[in-house]
Formats: sequence, structure tokens, C-alpha cells
Amino acid sequence: MLSAQNFGESGKMKEYHYAGPTEHRFSPYAFNGGTVLAVAGEDFAIVASDTRLSEGYSIHSRDSPKCYKLTDTTVLGCSGFHGDCLTLTKIIDARLKMYKHSNNKTMTSGAIAAMLSTILYSRRFFPYYVYNIIGGLDEQGKGAVYSFDPVGSYQRDTYKAGGSASAMLQPLLDNQIGFKNMEGVEHVPLTKDKAVQLVKDVFVSAAERDVYTGDALRICIVTKEGIEEQNIPLRKD
Amino acid sequence: YTVSVFTESLNFKWRGEMTSKKASDVPLEFHVPSLFKRPSSRASHSVSVRRPFPLSHGTTTLGFIFQGGVIAAADTRASAGGLVACPAVHKITPIHSHLVVTSSGSGADCMLWERILTREIRLYQLRHKRRLSIRGTAKLLSLMLHPFKGTDVCVALTLCGWDKLIYVCSDGARLQGDIFSVGSGSPYAYGVLDRSLSWSLNKEEAILLAREAVFRATHRDAYSGNNVDLFHVTAEGWRQRQREDLKEEYYRDMEKRGLYNKTLFLAI
Repeated sequence: MLSAQNFGESGKMKEYHYAGPTEHRFSPYAFNGGTVLAVAGEDFAIVASDTRLSEGYSIHSRDSPKCYKLTDTTVLGCSGFHGDCLTLTKIIDARLKMYKHSNNKTMTSGAIAAMLSTILYSRRFFPYYVYNIIGGLDEQGKGAVYSFDPVGSYQRDTYKAGGSASAMLQPLLDNQIGFKNMEGVEHVPLTKDKAVQLVKDVFVSAAERDVYTGDALRICIVTKEGIEEQNIPLRKD
Repeated sequence: YTVSVFTESLNFKWRGEMTSKKASDVPLEFHVPSLFKRPSSRASHSVSVRRPFPLSHGTTTLGFIFQGGVIAAADTRASAGGLVACPAVHKITPIHSHLVVTSSGSGADCMLWERILTREIRLYQLRHKRRLSIRGTAKLLSLMLHPFKGTDVCVALTLCGWDKLIYVCSDGARLQGDIFSVGSGSPYAYGVLDRSLSWSLNKEEAILLAREAVFRATHRDAYSGNNVDLFHVTAEGWRQRQREDLKEEYYRDMEKRGLYNKTLFLAI
């Protein structure tokens, strides 16, 4: 692909010309792939992720889901560098316990989102290479989705895709859930079953076109009754 | 998991008390990683790890003073590299009832620094029983950003009071003025503003002018777009105008100018 990375400083293509000595430094980051998606409805929230863990051309695991249950009403999806995902979830779990012990109540979704933002920003100069999306219920029982960038900028959305196939999935969600770029369409509110079916379809599409997404899909549906999990197989190639 | 106080990294002693830590045992401060302890002397260390992802940048924000107060306007696009990371970001945030700040630069930096500023202003108000002036706020922000000069913190905020506009950026600039436009789309916005801005505009004309300036900037700048946010700050406080989608504005404008019938299809 003709991108700027293929060209060395003298303007010559790195693969076909000698562009000068290159220095390889140890990079503390790796990209482990994976896609995460969250959708908020009237009284539910869905967080879904694929379960493939890859690195370069290899697959490390076909059963490594990226949804982490934080509280009874909040699920965190994180994709990117798996090492940072694990550490970040450990830190969040510890902070949740500390909050519970000091304040005698569970953290709400909004509070977790604000806390995650400061945790991520505290590593502004050596960031966690993680794309986070929090899905859960807010204090009024309505669905809430909070999406983050790797350094802590966040906001509340209705739907968001993150991870390797995010650029493919987000326009599809904009169209199907946000009714964008369509003329004269009735804005029907999203029911839970329709949302789950949409998430399945969207991930099947992602697995078709993104090499880092596939193997299986883990869906966590958050309602006031609790968190229900579903596993659906995806393409394994 | 150790937590160290954020202010330890600042070299000056203008803050004697660290009351935020004593107030509760829940850690509220930033954890400053050890490789970052003294940023001014170790600026080279802080850029030694190359980031594998782009951060969100690119914007058009503007603010100007007229006889009816201050107008602050901004687009709502956050781009990360070539991808629109979010089409509906809030780039204008109220700090308190009479102060609004427009942000541009890196999204996370602006969001977190606004949060820090809001906290410090609120603490000042509680400690001294009066609000800090906008000039004081700007100076406070500038002093807080100073230790990060030379790192890749990229923050360019315009503090909009009801009679003053002050621009503060992470390079250390702190400027008061009558009109500021910040961001990748600012040259286009300046062009529109310089033509029609005058002190004696009434409120509707000023709002229309700000909207037009952001619209033209989003049209020409790839990294600005989507909607326009508008705030009007007066001595009674700030009022927010409803967010407006500029895509419709483009087609309305083309129709008005009689150009819509042409087969030449111009993309925004």
C-alpha cells in the first residue's frame, strides 16, 4: 500500500531502494487486535467484542473476550494492546473496591467513566494503548455508553465501535442506529432484541473484512435484572 | 499502586496547602509516572516512547466581543489522523456561570485541563469567598501548564468572560484581545470575521456572523466539520444556542445562491 511509511527520508521506497541505515528500537507496545462495540437503549445496554487475540500474522488465542464485567450495571470493553488491557482492568477493579470501602456504595457508570479518564490521563506521556468503551445503566436506569481515546478524552454516546474494525463498523452503526444519511425514514426506537440482532450482523460483517476480528463473539446485555452473556461463533479464518 | 500528588511535579511553591489530599482518603490526584518527575529537565525522555496511535486534533473555534457581550463558537469534529473519531464533541465548556472556555488542540489534554481548571477555580472560590477574575484564571492556567512546556501536551484555550477574551496556550502564550480564532480552520474563520465584525452589531447579527464563520471554515478545512456550537456570554451569564448541523446549511446556502441545480456536485 502506498502510504508514507513505505518511503524513507530520501523519498525512495524502503522495500525497493536502500534508504539508509534503519534503527530498530524496542517498542513497548504490541497490537493484539480485536473489536469492541457498545449500544445504549432505553433501559438496556449491550457491550460486545470478538474473542480473537492476534499478534502480527499469528493468533494467540481464539477465546480471549474483551468485555470485562466491572459492576452489576457496568461492563467495560477494551481492545488494543492486551498487556495494557489486563493492567488497566486490574487497576480499575482495585479502585472500585477502594471506592466501595470508603463510600459504602458501588460506583455508578458515570463515575467509573470519569475515573477511567483520569487513570488514562495520568499516563499521558506513556499511554495505555487501549481503546475503551464502557456500557451500562445510569442512575435513572437508562442505557449509557461512554467511549474513550487512549489518553482519556471521553464522552457519552448512544453507540460506539472501537478497536481494529471500528472504522468499518461505526458508519454502519451511524446509519442503522442513528438513522444518518437517510432521507424520510421514521426514527423507530431500538428494542433490545433488534439491537442484539444488529450487533450480531455487524460483527459478522466485521469478521468478513477485518483480519484481526473473528473466531467468536461475546455479547453482554446489561439490564436492571443483571448481565446476560451470549456466545456466537464467527469466521475462524 | 502508589499515588503521588500532581503538584509535586511543579517547581514553584505558590500552593502551600495540599488540602485536596487531606480531604478524603480516596486518591484524587494524578499519578505522575516516575519517568516524568521533572518534565522541564527530562523533556527528551518523555518523547522517547513513540505512540502507535494518533490523537485527536484539528478544529475551528472562535470568540469575539461586541456591544452585547461575547460570542463563542466552535465546530464539533474530533479527528484522529484521517478518521473522524467523534462527530459530536463539545469544544465549548462552561467553567462557571460567567466563564466559558473554547478548546482546541489535543482532545484529551483540553478535556482534562479544563477539568483541572474548573476544580482550581472552585477551590479558590470556596477558600477566598469570591470568584477569581478572568485575568487571574488565565494566569493560573498558564502557570499550571508551564511545567509541561516542551512536552507534547497541546492545549490552546480561549477563556470567554462577558467583557474579556483571553487566549492561553501550552506554549506559554497568554493574550487578551477582542477577537480570537484558534485551530486548523482559523484562517478561514478570520477571513469571514474580519470582513463583517464591528462593535455595534446586535445579538442576532453577531450570532449569524459567528455561525457563518464556522460554517465557511468547516467547508474549507478537512479537520473541521459536523455541527456548530454557539454560546453567548453576558453579564447575566452564558446561554447556549441549540447545536446546529451544518450539512443542511450547505444545501440551503447553495439553493439560495441558485447553484444547487448545477450537475457539478461539490462535496463538503
